[in-house]
Amino acid sequence: MEATATTPTPLFTSKDLVTDQDIRWCPGCGDYSILKQVQTVIPELGLPREQIVFISGIGCSSRFPYYMETYGMHSIHGRATAIASGLKAARKDLSVWIVTGDGDSMSIGGNHFIHLLRRNFNVNVLLFNNQIYGLTKGQYSPTSEAGKVTKSTPFGSIDHPFNPAALAMGADGTFVARSMDRDPVHLKEMLRQAAMHKGTSFLEIYQNCNVFNDGAFEVFTEKASKKQEALFVEHGKPLVFGQNGELGIKLDGFKPVIVNHAEKGISTNDLWIHDMYDRVKSGILARFFDNPANEGHFPRPFGIFYKEERSCYEDDLLQQVEAVISSKGKGDLNKLLRGNEVWEIQ
Amino acid sequence: MSKTNEVLDQVIIKFAGDSGDGMQLTGTQFTNTAALFGNDLSTFPDFPAEIRAPQGTVAGVSGYQLHFGSVNIFTPGDKCDVLVAMNAAALKVNLKNLKDTGTIIANSDGFDPKNLRLAKYPDGQNPIEDGSLEKYNLIVIDVTKMTRAALVDSGLGTKEIDRAKNMFVLGFLYWMYNRSLDNSIKFLEEKFGKKQAILDANIKVLKAGYHYGDTTETFRTRYTVQPAKMKPGVYRNIMGNQATAIGLVAAAQKAGVDIFFGTYPITPASDILHELSKYKSFGIKTFQAEDEIAAVCASIGASFGGSLGVTSSSGPGIALKGEAMGLATMLEIPLVVINVQRGGPSTGLPTKTEQSDLMQALYGRNGEAPIPVISSSSPADCFNAIYESCRIAIEYMTPVIFLSDGYIANGAEPWQFPTADQLKEFKVKYATEKNEEHFLPYKRDEKLARPWAIPGTKGLEHRIGGLEKQHETGNISYDNENHQFMVKMREAKVEKVADSIPLQQLDSGPEKGKLLVVGWGSTYGAIKTACQMVRSEGYDVAHAHLTYLKPFPKNFGEMLFKYDKVLMPEMNMGQLSRVVRDKFMIPAISLNKVMGIPFSATEIKEKVVELMK
Ligand SMILES: Cc1ncc(C[n+]2csc(CCOP(=O)(O)OP(=O)(O)O)c2C)c(N)n1
Ligand code: SF4
Ligand SMILES: [Mg+2]
Repeated sequence: MEATATTPTPLFTSKDLVTDQDIRWCPGCGDYSILKQVQTVIPELGLPREQIVFISGIGCSSRFPYYMETYGMHSIHGRATAIASGLKAARKDLSVWIVTGDGDSMSIGGNHFIHLLRRNFNVNVLLFNNQIYGLTKGQYSPTSEAGKVTKSTPFGSIDHPFNPAALAMGADGTFVARSMDRDPVHLKEMLRQAAMHKGTSFLEIYQNCNVFNDGAFEVFTEKASKKQEALFVEHGKPLVFGQNGELGIKLDGFKPVIVNHAEKGISTNDLWIHDMYDRVKSGILARFFDNPANEGHFPRPFGIFYKEERSCYEDDLLQQVEAVISSKGKGDLNKLLRGNEVWEIQ
Repeated sequence: MSKTNEVLDQVIIKFAGDSGDGMQLTGTQFTNTAALFGNDLSTFPDFPAEIRAPQGTVAGVSGYQLHFGSVNIFTPGDKCDVLVAMNAAALKVNLKNLKDTGTIIANSDGFDPKNLRLAKYPDGQNPIEDGSLEKYNLIVIDVTKMTRAALVDSGLGTKEIDRAKNMFVLGFLYWMYNRSLDNSIKFLEEKFGKKQAILDANIKVLKAGYHYGDTTETFRTRYTVQPAKMKPGVYRNIMGNQATAIGLVAAAQKAGVDIFFGTYPITPASDILHELSKYKSFGIKTFQAEDEIAAVCASIGASFGGSLGVTSSSGPGIALKGEAMGLATMLEIPLVVINVQRGGPSTGLPTKTEQSDLMQALYGRNGEAPIPVISSSSPADCFNAIYESCRIAIEYMTPVIFLSDGYIANGAEPWQFPTADQLKEFKVKYATEKNEEHFLPYKRDEKLARPWAIPGTKGLEHRIGGLEKQHETGNISYDNENHQFMVKMREAKVEKVADSIPLQQLDSGPEKGKLLVVGWGSTYGAIKTACQMVRSEGYDVAHAHLTYLKPFPKNFGEMLFKYDKVLMPEMNMGQLSRVVRDKFMIPAISLNKVMGIPFSATEIKEKVVELMK
């Protein structure tokens, strides 16, 4: 993991981010943990509180802004990404955070989501993925696994699910990462890294909906299986997992293979060393999306998959405006009103 | 042989040809020359819906109508005096709109067997040869041949030579109407400055057309249309979409606010984007979004940040924006939504005009979602109407819908433009201080507007959203009493806009009497002309034209009751008349036309006369 550069001095505390509103999430919902980690990390950024804006769509997760004592907007279903784009285009000085659900961003807001990523506005997207429609009481979502039995799929879902991280890669996202509600330390670090990245930071957070989809991510989050099923990747480190870290991943050409390096006496240096700036390899990594129930499946990766420096839309927009002004001068309203050709009636 | 000169007070010319014949350019050139000469005028281009409609076919005909005169002109005119037909299809499409005494200038090359077949004339029938056009003054010119002859020595290829054909026609018309070539020569120099051979060729053909009229024996009469008696002052020519774009820039400059323009291309609104995207030097930010929903949402986001968010579209796109417009109503945030209406429903008639989105503007959202609606009545009036829309959006913290239409958007007229300091003053005021111990984002001022507190302002951190909110605090509230209170409050705020708008004036006619004609939007010119015609026949009819459709001016109801009858011509099935009947309980009579084309003054006149009798 990249070391945090110089730590800025907080201008306020986590407590200052708590609003006077009663939190309406179900007891035990994974959203609580995410809220807590966000409230912990935000002050560390050293920004004044009034510079911070949370924009959300609609869903359980999208209630988030009401619980953050910053500027905020709880908007309409799927559109937070579009609203944040306009806000950031108008106000590049703000620290803009988008909170969205898997239905909100992958279904109704799928279009805006991919376009946000390709434009690379300098904003942060926190996708609370619970693989279910929480607010509307339990229909399957575009990230629900095939075969999922829900209220709207009593015989099992026949939809092939999205892997949001792979989608983000495909949309030329410049920061693609995954974390989980049940690992506060990892989540906080991912939030920090997302905040520090210049460009659209996409952080998918596996979030447990204990009411409609309880245990969806259990194998990745629970002690007994986590080491075996979750692959925590760090830049410059080999891909290692397993109960005692005995398993690793090697690249055979473009084909990843699981090896028991401990048994085979392979040095971890000969495993796949994660390079988050390598687009091709990061793409392969982001596509690890096997169903944990399947024989010979790959572990699910967590961490920063990919990072790239690319110019941000709002900077380019402003630059264009400034370039025109510096070459043509500031616009003169009277000239504009007059146009190129006039005539006089006496 | 000597040539005679006839003086006319107005002329309507229709330039028509294949999309590739350059008729839009020819029309615009003649228009600019007429404007500089001091004629009053009004124009209307009429494009085919397909960009590359098959050549020579009826579907591929592109037209441009110009009405100019020494008298005041309010519409592009009904039937034309002169029809320029570059091919058979152009004649076929436009003949029905030529006066019985009209002149046809036909390019004989466009009436060869192939063109006749493409225009679907029966085998062996050629209208310019078979005497069927006898009642008209038919002038047949082989424009292609003349153009090629003029450019034999130019060294240009046939393709390039043929492209200059329209200059021959333009030159000929300049001769016919006693116009100078100077303005068009200047235009050509600017356009082809670097391509000397092409520039020379175009000028040569333009002059050849002029001289052709001068030297050919067949043409004896030339026409003069004197400058119009217009209000003294400095004028320019302006198209509706252009006026809308300039009005936005003017409002932004005067109010001291940045404009964020989020949009998605659609006919006939796209030219506003094209125009505005040139004005970067005014700090205008334009954003071509991925769809209309993103366009309006990004604009809302920008308004949240303190810019004035503006979004534009036509009917289909406005339908997509509906949910977000409801959000803006609920947030109570400034937003200007421009609808350049076209024929509907669905994709409808993209390049044709209609006023059928009024109900959509007034009621097209879920829930009780009142939004002020402003309309423009002519190309130049778009400037005033959009300026007012921006003012209301900012002063009342509300989305505002501005209605234009395809007819106004692409039409042009002379405009006595204002200077910056003649524009109505209004200034943006952001909240900088707490209004209570704990900031209340929905505490209202005397206009019932809430404070515009933008991110970055210390101490005013707050959350807004689409869920119903508690009075003043803005906190989520499901309380039933509060909901009704807030619904009424939002409606009351929009009604309060009436305090800041002028009282309704009569455009013409007596203050009370037998008949009042009420219009809105682009029917202005046709109604005005119709009323003039009726008055000259001795009937005293009144005309009022609405700019503010929600709320109505405070005296509008009172005005309606002063007449025995109220007639409302609309290019829809009677949308405003339904609103008027509902609100004022009067038996408003509607006159409807939903053909994708504007009313002719005569159509309205006939109805008025029928009601006056
Ligand atoms: C236009 C529109 N369509 C549908 C809905 C209903 N709706 C609200 S939230 C939601 C899905 C929420 O799922 P997700 O985005 O995954 O959020 P979660 O509740 O799981 O956090 C739906 C379908 C709506 N509010 N607006
Ligand atoms: S329904 Fe699920 S996601 Fe929504 S608050 Fe309850 S537990 Fe959380
Ligand atoms: Mg969900």
